[in-house]
Amino acid sequence: MATLKTPVTPEDHVQGPENAAATLVEYGDYECPHCGSAYSIVKRMQKHFGKGLRFVFRNFPLSEIHPHAESAAETAEFAGAHGKFWEMHDGLFENQERLGGPLYLELAQEFGLSSAELRQALEQEKYKGRVRADFRSGVRSGVNGTPTFFINGKRHDGPFDYESLVQAIEEATGKAQKAISA
Amino acid sequence: MATENTEHGPTAGPAVLNGRSGSTELLPAGTAAPDFSLHVTPDQTLSLGELRGKPVILAFYPADWSPVCGDQMALYNEVLPEFQKFGAELLGVSVDGVWCHRAFAEARHLHFPLLADFEPKGAVAQSYGAFRNADGFSERALFVIDKSGIITWSYRSPVAMNPGADGILQALEDLPK
Repeated sequence: MATLKTPVTPEDHVQGPENAAATLVEYGDYECPHCGSAYSIVKRMQKHFGKGLRFVFRNFPLSEIHPHAESAAETAEFAGAHGKFWEMHDGLFENQERLGGPLYLELAQEFGLSSAELRQALEQEKYKGRVRADFRSGVRSGVNGTPTFFINGKRHDGPFDYESLVQAIEEATGKAQKAISA
Repeated sequence: MATENTEHGPTAGPAVLNGRSGSTELLPAGTAAPDFSLHVTPDQTLSLGELRGKPVILAFYPADWSPVCGDQMALYNEVLPEFQKFGAELLGVSVDGVWCHRAFAEARHLHFPLLADFEPKGAVAQSYGAFRNADGFSERALFVIDKSGIITWSYRSPVAMNPGADGILQALEDLPK
């Protein structure tokens, strides 16, 4: 059973409370169509579980098959450094078919970020190291494609449709509660 | 030594005889890696012996053209810089022919060689205990071979399961410095 080798830290991009019963970590790629479908599934799950779910997104760009994956990831990290990670993350997935410089600048403007600074950060690959660190942590944890989910530290190997993921989370948290009461 | 097969495996399940597919046991750690010479392009061959002095990762896989985002070779292509930190050479091996490999490697921008275990079909996979007789293609089997040509780690993944790269990296890390 593959397990998450790099624990969730304050450096991560996190939504939901720290003490949530379930922590869902996704390793994803902004250009991967399967991650595009997973994006709306995660949103539905967040609505369903509310404060019971903590969601973490880490970068796993497969840049040789997805030419915009790396730049999109670096753009999200740039936004993250300015407190706008999730806005950018959502904007990128919602416009997945338009990934590229013009979209990044358009989104930056929409979220009140400096487009000149973004352009410079991309040119200088300022956030490449951060993206690569996520990628490496994914590889060491057994990420074998995108998206790969970890539920409470364990890799989810089943399908990632809404019902399967909800069920997997319920099973994981059920067990967690039993373990606490035992 | 055979127990080491599963030590760093990303999923549970030892590399033992699989009755359904009729395949045999993978060569375990401690075995000398059988040498081979296979076509890497229509007019070039590569032999294992040529890589003596470097660690080698041998990745047998069933076939080119499995679905994109979860593809094992596409993943290894991205992880290549991590393998190279150990000075390791990665070789992908399947029963597909050289032309098929060429088209696949071009489509996925692969930066490592794919070897054609094509004629006699699957002979190299057979010699590593990694051939599925009933299916006519190889297992998803990984071998790490040290610089002197000895297998130090082997792992078989279920055919439908991409084994990832964590086991390989651990095995490379465990090689004597």
